[in-house]
Amino acid sequence: MSHSISSADIAARPRAMPWIKLRRQLMGKIAYPLIGLAILLAFWWFGGYLIASNPATQAFAGFAPAQALPQAWQLFISGTLMGTVLPSLYRIGMGLLWAILVAVPVGILVGASPVLRQITGFPFQLLRMVSPLAWMPIAVLAFATWDGAIIFLIFMAALWPILFSTAFAVQRIDPMYFKIARNFGASPLASLQRLVLPAIAPDILAGFRLALGIAWVVLVPAEYLGVTSGLGYAINDARDILAYDLLAALVLIIGIIGYLLDSVIVMLIRYLGWQNSD
Amino acid sequence: MGASIQINGITHRFSGKGPNVLENLVFDMAAGRSTALIGESGCGKSTLLHMLAGLMLPTEGCVRINGQQVTKPHPEWNMMFQRPGLYPWLNVRQNVALGLQFTGKTEALAQRVDEMLALVGLSDKGAARPQDLSGGQQQRVALARSLAVEPDVILLDEPFSALDAFTRRNLQLEVRHIAREKNITLVLVTHDIDEALTMGDSVVVMGRNPGTFQSVMNIDLAYPRNPIDPKFAKLREDLMARFKHSVEGQPQARQTSFDAIANNTNKIKTPAHERPLDQNNGRSSSLPLNR
Repeated sequence: MSHSISSADIAARPRAMPWIKLRRQLMGKIAYPLIGLAILLAFWWFGGYLIASNPATQAFAGFAPAQALPQAWQLFISGTLMGTVLPSLYRIGMGLLWAILVAVPVGILVGASPVLRQITGFPFQLLRMVSPLAWMPIAVLAFATWDGAIIFLIFMAALWPILFSTAFAVQRIDPMYFKIARNFGASPLASLQRLVLPAIAPDILAGFRLALGIAWVVLVPAEYLGVTSGLGYAINDARDILAYDLLAALVLIIGIIGYLLDSVIVMLIRYLGWQNSD
Repeated sequence: MGASIQINGITHRFSGKGPNVLENLVFDMAAGRSTALIGESGCGKSTLLHMLAGLMLPTEGCVRINGQQVTKPHPEWNMMFQRPGLYPWLNVRQNVALGLQFTGKTEALAQRVDEMLALVGLSDKGAARPQDLSGGQQQRVALARSLAVEPDVILLDEPFSALDAFTRRNLQLEVRHIAREKNITLVLVTHDIDEALTMGDSVVVMGRNPGTFQSVMNIDLAYPRNPIDPKFAKLREDLMARFKHSVEGQPQARQTSFDAIANNTNKIKTPAHERPLDQNNGRSSSLPLNR
């Protein structure tokens, strides 16, 4: 058997390359995610089948995809979904905004000052370990409105990942960059604007991504608190009226919105990040 | 452009009661001239350079640039380091503009950046990320960044030491040429005797424990200088002798340091003669006898 390579073979290779590249891209971006989704749906369907086929759990058959998916579509086309989602997005947006406003400046100070790092080390670690939901009774007492209390809980959930990633990023800035800034007589404000903030931006966004994930998880139980709007309230309400198809549809929607929000942050990290440059 | 530098009796200690790392340094550098500082590791060359830049203050004495006492860094006397220190989140153009933006000189910024990129031969790399450039190109960007603020003095802290021999040689010639064209005063710290002779109008040999000026040699050679020129070789021999004298004159002399430099240059192992300190090719110097 001959293994010789003809010049025609070599000439044919570059023509084959774009096709191979396209196939890889299609597999990576479409086929593999679809396979993952199909596996998830199969588990869901099988779970629904087990529930429906057992007389003891038959009442919960609405959890199955056959019931939940049409219910989710109905929520979407009827317009009631927006009325449910928007209050939740407002609360999570405000909680995250406050978390950024507090965590970034404090993180920069903690990262820049070894003394401040030592002073805050123990109290910050102690507070970080407290579950955000454990603040619920205090939040109810401290805030006049339910919205205020929920935003506070989200703030407590999002604060620490952003603060610690900011402080760590400031510590990691190459001292040479500060030397260059000083060398040109840069003022502290100019150094902050042109050196510190761009240098730590990718880490702030990574911390923000983590914070968003935790805050989104905390949102639903936080919205069990007194309010009459939002995804958490809707889930609680669906449970109370035994509408398990609606409950499963809401769980699905929470997952999809969480995924979309995370994707936006990933795109921002790609756009603003400089660490992954080729 | 171009500024004179006066080193007025600098003595420095890193801690209050610690030993002197630099002791009673006195030297004048004329505007537009280039001075190379050589000496053993730890003799305080870089410390002195940081003081000239205003990045450190001496315990005693002072530095004056054009008569003005240096108390803090200033873009008009800026420093180039061994690492270019380019900001990776900025492209090449933005890095060149950095000094101008830090100092608030943003008038005609784009035109100034274009000029500097053309001067260092990187006009086509403006949009590139610094991490995509070679080491030599990165140092060119750092040079353009330094030149953009129209400095009177550029202080070079071994900026070419991490580069390959060909790139190093090209940059030595380019930097010296640009500095001469723009009448910029250069102060260069180096471990490379050929680099000192290629770029310096005068070379100062420093001793250590504590750091002192041991000897100064004026280099009467036309630019661009060529290491295979017999006059260059003769000056190298002379400088090697001075360096050896500075090493052997130390309380903790280390012959190995001298041997390392002699081997590195592949030249003279036995210096022919040692010229007295005050006979620097017939020129005068305010350098004191600290031996």
